[in-house]
Amino acid sequence: MELLSFGDQGWGDEMLRAAAMTLAVSLSSMALGLVFGALGAAAKLSSIAPARWLAEGYTTVVRGVPELLVIYLLFFGGSGAVMFVAALFGYHGYVELNAFTIGTLAIGAICGAYATEVIRGAVLAVPRGEIEAAQAIGMPRRLMFRRILLPQVARFALPGLGNVWQFTLKDTALISVTGLVEIMRQAHIAAGSTRQPFTFYVVAAVLYLLLTTFSNHGFQRAESWANRGVRRAS
Amino acid sequence: MVRNAAITLVAAAMSLAAGTATAKDWSSVRIATEGAYPPWNWTDSSGQLIGFEIDLANDLCRRMQVECEIVAQDWEGIIPALTAGKYDAIMAGMSITDERKKVISFSDGYAAEPAYFAVLKDSDLASYKTDLEQANLDEVDEQEQAAIDSLKELLDGKSVGVQVATIHANFLEQYMGDAIDIRSYDTQENLDLDLQAGRVDAALASASYWYPLMQTEKGADFTLIGPGFDGGPFGKGVGVGLRQEDTDLAELFNKAIAEAKADGTINRLAQQWFGFDVTS
Amino acid sequence: MNFALMWDSTPKLLGGLVLTLELVALSLLLGIFVAVGLALMRLSSYRALSGFAYAYVFVFRGTPLLVQIFLIYYGIGQFEAIRDSFLWPFLREPFWCAILAYTLNTGAYTSEIIRGGIESVPFTQIEAARACGMGRLLLFRRIVLPIAIRQALPAYGNEIMLMVKASSLASTITLMEVTGIARSIISKTFAPVEIFIVAGSIYLLINFAVSHAIRRAEYRLSAHLRAPPTPIVAVPVGVH
Repeated sequence: MELLSFGDQGWGDEMLRAAAMTLAVSLSSMALGLVFGALGAAAKLSSIAPARWLAEGYTTVVRGVPELLVIYLLFFGGSGAVMFVAALFGYHGYVELNAFTIGTLAIGAICGAYATEVIRGAVLAVPRGEIEAAQAIGMPRRLMFRRILLPQVARFALPGLGNVWQFTLKDTALISVTGLVEIMRQAHIAAGSTRQPFTFYVVAAVLYLLLTTFSNHGFQRAESWANRGVRRAS
Repeated sequence: MVRNAAITLVAAAMSLAAGTATAKDWSSVRIATEGAYPPWNWTDSSGQLIGFEIDLANDLCRRMQVECEIVAQDWEGIIPALTAGKYDAIMAGMSITDERKKVISFSDGYAAEPAYFAVLKDSDLASYKTDLEQANLDEVDEQEQAAIDSLKELLDGKSVGVQVATIHANFLEQYMGDAIDIRSYDTQENLDLDLQAGRVDAALASASYWYPLMQTEKGADFTLIGPGFDGGPFGKGVGVGLRQEDTDLAELFNKAIAEAKADGTINRLAQQWFGFDVTS
Repeated sequence: MNFALMWDSTPKLLGGLVLTLELVALSLLLGIFVAVGLALMRLSSYRALSGFAYAYVFVFRGTPLLVQIFLIYYGIGQFEAIRDSFLWPFLREPFWCAILAYTLNTGAYTSEIIRGGIESVPFTQIEAARACGMGRLLLFRRIVLPIAIRQALPAYGNEIMLMVKASSLASTITLMEVTGIARSIISKTFAPVEIFIVAGSIYLLINFAVSHAIRRAEYRLSAHLRAPPTPIVAVPVGVH
């Protein structure tokens, strides 16, 4: 067990730091994914056909292609694309896209595709009658969005978004190719260096379990808060 | 007013473009290494990168009078990330091969050593004996061809492990691909785990990796068979990988490497990390 | 964008399709057995069984598949005891390690899908069946199963597509399915974007086929929810 101790001899502190990094990447990817999801859902529900097609293409491709490939593509192609755009503006230097940024972009894009479907389903689940009533009394669109749509969409989307969060958390295990030191990569390094793969992958599994357990708990509390005052069948 | 603003913007952009057309000023260099290939480069339990190449990189940078930053990158993506601009040089036990030269350029070689097949001591492959000590594949003579053929016969139908995207992988595919089951691993260390477990019957890697490993308990069960291979698909030694357009950086490195060879620094570091001289 | 390279590497990548499909099909098939067992355990009244099933699903859904694969392949292979046992001929091969990991994983997810399907059967149907004296086995076969399958089909279709995508992780333990071949081509040509686009398209096509098949199955099974076809009545030509 001295392998897992803290300090220079053991890998314990590295694993915990890696867990913090996993959490950080997951949170920022989820935030980015929610933005993509909201935009995607808006595009899919809009009346502009090209927007619908673009969003449809986005969700179909990202949900149909293995995450490993999406991450590789964004890792190898992403910085090239960004630097191409930067070069158009006359900047020929190296654009700093560090591992964290790339990882967040990749997982965020994946998370966004799933979030699009969840949010779209949630928006469609808001009873039409309420929207019609709001329009009938002359509520301005922004107010309707804020007071009617948003709370209900949040309520309906929370279970689905909880699932998406779990996916996101677990998908971070795949971004070791970008060099970011999160749980999986750290376990990989430690296992290779010490020739004790079982120990370190078990530790990795336990860390992920802890993260998912606490997240689940958090989401359940959020769901009860969002459903306060609502009579439910179950 | 908008027109003036637009003209100013365009002028600024053009001057930026003009400004960056001058040669790059190498005051700081980012060097990538793998971090999973002891004793060339690996990661210790405090998360630090250590090894022969880390020390050599620091020494070369001192000679070049640049500040260098060493980062770790997965072996598989190490060349594409260089061309994408994530760092400026690769020092990761990377051999100079014609194939790689199509995409990147190299400094002069700073180390070279032959490749060997390793097997478990108690496997029946371990009793293979050969008279040939070294086989240079740049020009294969009769004796060397005979050695290759008899090795191929020995390994026929067996599984041989190798690290993906290496000269060793290329050799296996080119010379024995039809007879053996090639298993590609992402890291050398994972290959060791499977050789130890008996999942692969043999593994091919360089002597600089096997010798130090076999001194430790992690490699105590391994033994080497067959001649040491170099030349041909094994390339011309280990060099610093650089982008093709960075010819000035290549010159800086070459000068530093020549100095380090001349005053015996490379030999000293090699003795310290490998136990034998690897200077090419 | 090197289109010539993309064109040339397509047949090589398709060579890995067989292994991909083998991995997916075998894991799904074995996974169903694991899933049914787990679902029954979960629905049983013995606390020990349902507790075990709950813990199993919790662990397998709460950890990434990659960790599970590495644990089974590298982790278990570390122990001398395993290597000397009768299991070693199986666990020695990366293919069987991958199948084991995928089966256990999909078993967990599928058991939840099955459980959801079984629980969604309206209790009124079961009451009615019992009222007319149906035995337990007949009840399960004629009432519960068809309804549960219909309910579970969309979710299971999702699971199939997730399995297809998960097969790409087998490349991390030396298996040469589509992604494994893609990585080996890239290691020689240094053209990751082009090759991964082709590989990604292959997976996309497989998933299209799967989702199309699932939608057709859903359509066929939900005939009772659609309007009955209007009967074709012979129109008398000229009434006598």
